[in-house]
Formats: sequence, structure tokens, C-alpha cells
Amino acid sequence: MAATTFKAIYDDDDVLMNAVKKIRSEKYHIEEVYTPFPVHGLDKAMGLADTRIAITSFMYGCLGLTVAIVMMNYIMIADWPQDIGGKPSFTYLENMPAFVPIMFEMTVFFAAHLMVITFYLRSRMWPFKKAENPDIRTTDDRFLVEVEVGKDEEALKSLLLETGAVEVHVPKKK
Amino acid sequence: MYTFSNRLKIGSFIAMAVGLICLASGFLSAPSTVEEAKAMVAAHDDGHGGGHGEEAAATHGEETDHGEAAAHGEDHSAAHDEHLLHQLQNRPWAALYVAAFFFFMIALGVLAFYAVQRASQAGWSPLLFRIMEGITAYLVPGGIIVFVILVLSVLHMNHMFVWMDADTVAHDKLLQGKAGYLNPTFFLIRAAIFLGGWIFYREYSRKLSLAQDNSDDNSNFVKNFRWSAAFLVFYLVSESMMSWDWIMSLDPHWFSTLFGWYLFASMFVSGITTIAIVAIYLKSKGYLEQVNDSHIHDLAKFMFGISIFWTYLWFAQFMLIWYANIPEEVTYFVARFQDYQLPFLGMVAMNFIFPLLVLMNSDYKRVNWFVIMTGIVVLLGHYLDVFVMVMPATVGDQWHIGIPEIGGILFFGGLFTYWTFNTLTKEALQPKRNPFIEESRQFHY
Repeated sequence: MAATTFKAIYDDDDVLMNAVKKIRSEKYHIEEVYTPFPVHGLDKAMGLADTRIAITSFMYGCLGLTVAIVMMNYIMIADWPQDIGGKPSFTYLENMPAFVPIMFEMTVFFAAHLMVITFYLRSRMWPFKKAENPDIRTTDDRFLVEVEVGKDEEALKSLLLETGAVEVHVPKKK
Repeated sequence: MYTFSNRLKIGSFIAMAVGLICLASGFLSAPSTVEEAKAMVAAHDDGHGGGHGEEAAATHGEETDHGEAAAHGEDHSAAHDEHLLHQLQNRPWAALYVAAFFFFMIALGVLAFYAVQRASQAGWSPLLFRIMEGITAYLVPGGIIVFVILVLSVLHMNHMFVWMDADTVAHDKLLQGKAGYLNPTFFLIRAAIFLGGWIFYREYSRKLSLAQDNSDDNSNFVKNFRWSAAFLVFYLVSESMMSWDWIMSLDPHWFSTLFGWYLFASMFVSGITTIAIVAIYLKSKGYLEQVNDSHIHDLAKFMFGISIFWTYLWFAQFMLIWYANIPEEVTYFVARFQDYQLPFLGMVAMNFIFPLLVLMNSDYKRVNWFVIMTGIVVLLGHYLDVFVMVMPATVGDQWHIGIPEIGGILFFGGLFTYWTFNTLTKEALQPKRNPFIEESRQFHY
């Protein structure tokens, strides 16, 4: 039997934060929390691991820098080292100041765009994706916590009501 | 209340004494005649295997044209020797000036940061205001010393500012053209106005800041806010002009439009770094219980960001001149590339690459010893920055980081430390009645 979840709805983010802490301290597993806006500190309260997206961004930036250097070294120095306005195209280093703006922009370009794409992939977002929304009101003014049900359904229900939930939904078993 | 630790106090006195001795020995060993100067350079060349001599002579040829355009043929060698003598005589003066300006610039950078924090009504920083006020106290002695050096230059005690020499100006059309701005009297009047303005703001803002602690309304705070905003306007103009006067006019044939900003970035980042170092030191001694990792984190973010801003300006100035390669302005960088390659490029590594890689990680910005270590590298890097701005124009290729330079750092470093920490003992380290103090206490990133 697939694990079922209770859906508790709250109408205030402070109440939500306290509820999340309480539910976790009672050793229930929180499946997911839906909020209409970022609630500061919610990830800490839920015990979520830190994101590593900044690290990926740094690596993408290094990649972009490498691409810029290799590209311009090949085009400007190795393949066809023309004399353009007296600029020294003998080695990469000699003409490097002229390449810095491109090196910088490529670094930023790769770091930014690849990080955004990574974000989309990891959070499974794309056009025409079916929205995963258990309750339409969570996009406006309600907060919803999904808690995995253990053995004692009644105890969980009373716990959720005790934490200030305005509604508790028990889904029908399939 | 903070009590000045005896070790730090004695340490700063020893640094001042040793620095003074080093500086004095630098002045005593400077040559007074052309013969002595030639002997010194000959001895120096022997030590380095000779090759340096020819190179130096080659670059000199160009530089002599600056001051002594009339010198040709037989006169040339005599003019060259005279030039060499002036460079060697300038060395202890330039060492003194670089160090005096560097520590003064830190205090001024902190003052600008302090005014920004007040004018922007930042909620995180009020806990650090007393520290900033302690550091800016150095503006008074530091500013007076810099001013005295400028007065001595005007009195021809040294040859640092060529445009102050009436003979040179008489042979130089370019300097004659600039004489309306670059003349000794107006120069000193400007310096007095700048210093007067900065010191006035510092003293008045400190007074209001202390008065706020004992008042029962926020009128002092509001007044301080207005004065800070007005000061920032004055500061931007005066700092820019100060950079032309005190640093750029050392190379009076050269000019750059973003020089004021460049110097500003240098002093701003050094100032912020110094705030972070002093705050971490005081915290480690148990004086700043309410300053938490997040405050240090914010300071480290500023260090990181302004280091990059400095690099941006450094590169923008360099690249525009390198790219266009107009002879009249490119000589500035030619001199630096030929004779100062290591400090000129080394400071980019110290002021950009090192803080970039070390302070990028958010967790590292909270590790105190990481911030201290980066701070020391950044401060040394910005000393080198001032060094590379001043030295090529004053001593040319006769530079060396030796006894007078280190003496200058020790003396002014000791004076700076003593003055800063002595001021910190005067008042409680945390303001009592700032409207944002509670926010600052609770500050958490």
C-alpha cells in the first residue's frame, strides 16, 4: 500500500513555521510544503540540505573562461595572427588586455545561463509541464503541509489541528 | 569600556621607534652629491651582476627629457647624473610619503564607509560605528603629517613634485600651461580645505554620535544623517581633486580621468578591511559580544566586492591606455611595466585573484582567520598599489623595498594602531541609543 499523506492547511506563515517545527519534533515525515511566497527560514526548519547550485555556477564560469581563452587563442593567435592596428598578436599574453572583456562576459554568460538551466532541470520545470498543485489556494494565501501518515491516523490529525491548521484533509485511499 | 592591552601598546611604540630609526637611516644614507650617487649605483650594480646598469641607462634617456628638455650632447651626461642624484635623494622621502599617505588613506576610506552607513541608514552596522570612529581618529595626526610633508615639498626639501621647481617649469611648456592649477600656494590651500572638511566632519559626526547616546530623542541622529549625506557630496569632489593633487601631480605630464575613482576604490577597500581586522581582534578579546559572524560576513562581502571594483577600475584605466597607446599617456604604464613589473602585476594577484578565490565562498566569509589572512594580503596589496603610484615618478628605477620603506610602514603602522586603539578606550564600544542598534544586534544573515 502506498503511503498516504495528510494535507494540513494554514493561513499564516508564523503558524506554519511553528507547525513544521512541532511536526518534525514529533518524528513525522514532512513530504512537502506549499507556500505562496518564500518563507524565510522554512528550509532550515524543515531540515533541508543546502543548495549546491552556487558551486555548479562557479564550475560553469570556469568553463566559460576556458572556452573564451581557447576560442580567442585559436582565432586571433594560432589560426590567423594578423596585424590589426598594431596589436601584438604574437602570443596570447601579449594581446590579453584586448581579450579580457570577452573573457569576462563569457564567464558570466556561462555561469548564469547554465546555472539557470541546471535549476530548471533539478526542479523539473519546463513549458507545458503539468502543475503539481494539491490545492489552488496555496498560490494565493494558504500554506499547505503534506505529512506522511504513520500508524495512528487520529493522533496525527489531532497533532495537526493542535498546531493551528485551519483544515486537515484526509485523502481517500485508492 | 575597552582597555588598551599593554602588549599592543608597547608593540606599537616599538614599531614607531624602530620605524623612526629606519626612516632616519634612510635619510642619512641618501647621497648629497652626484659622486656619491654614482658610487651608490655602481656598488648596487656590482651586487646584481652588471646587466642592470645598461638597462637603467636606456630608460633614463627617456625620462630625463621630462625635466631637462634643454640637455643635449655633453650636457646630457651631467643632466643624467643630476637626475640620478635626485632620484636617490627622493627615496627616503617617497618611502615616508607612501607610508604616510597609505595609513591616512585607510582612515579616510573608513570615514567614507562610515558616512555611507549613516546616510543609507544601514541596519546591520551601528554596532561597528565606534570602531569606525576609532579608526577615523587617525585622520587628525595622519592628515597633519601628510600636510607637513606637502609643505616641506613646497619648501624644496625634496624633488618629489617636479612642478614645484620653478626652473623646471620655466623650461616646460606643458607645466606652464598647468601652472594655473598646479602652483604651490593654491596646492596648499586646496590641501588645507580638503583636510579641514574631512576632519571637521569626522569630529562633528563623532560628537553627534556620542550626544545621541545620552539624549532622549533622535535629533542628534537625524542631524548626523544630514551631515553625512552632505559630507559624501563634499568627499566625492574633494577626494577626486586630492588624488590629482597628491598623487597624479607626481607625474605632471600625465593625466587620467578615472584616477580619482581608482584611488577611492583603493582607500575604500583598505578601510573596510581595516574595520574587519579591528572588529575581529576586539571580538577575539571579548569586547564585542554582540558582533556576530553575520557582521563579519557582511564586512567580508564588502571586501570582496570592492576588491573587484578596484580591479575593474585598475583594468579600465590600464586597458584604455594600453589599447589606444597614445605616446603622451602610455609612458605612465611603460615606466611601470619596465621597472616595476613584479609589484605592478603582483598587486593584481594580491588585490584581485586572492580575495576573489578566498572570499567567494559564503562559509569562508564567516571564518575569522580567513578574513584576517585575506585582510593582511589586501592591505599589503594596497600598500604596493600606492607604492607603484608614487615611486616611478619620484625614484624611477632606483626603487627597492628596503629599510626606509619598511621603516615607513612600521612607523605609521605603529602610530595608526596606537591612535586607533587609544581612541577606542575613550568611549563604550557599543552605541546605546542609535535607532537601529536593536536591528544591528539581531542582525543575522
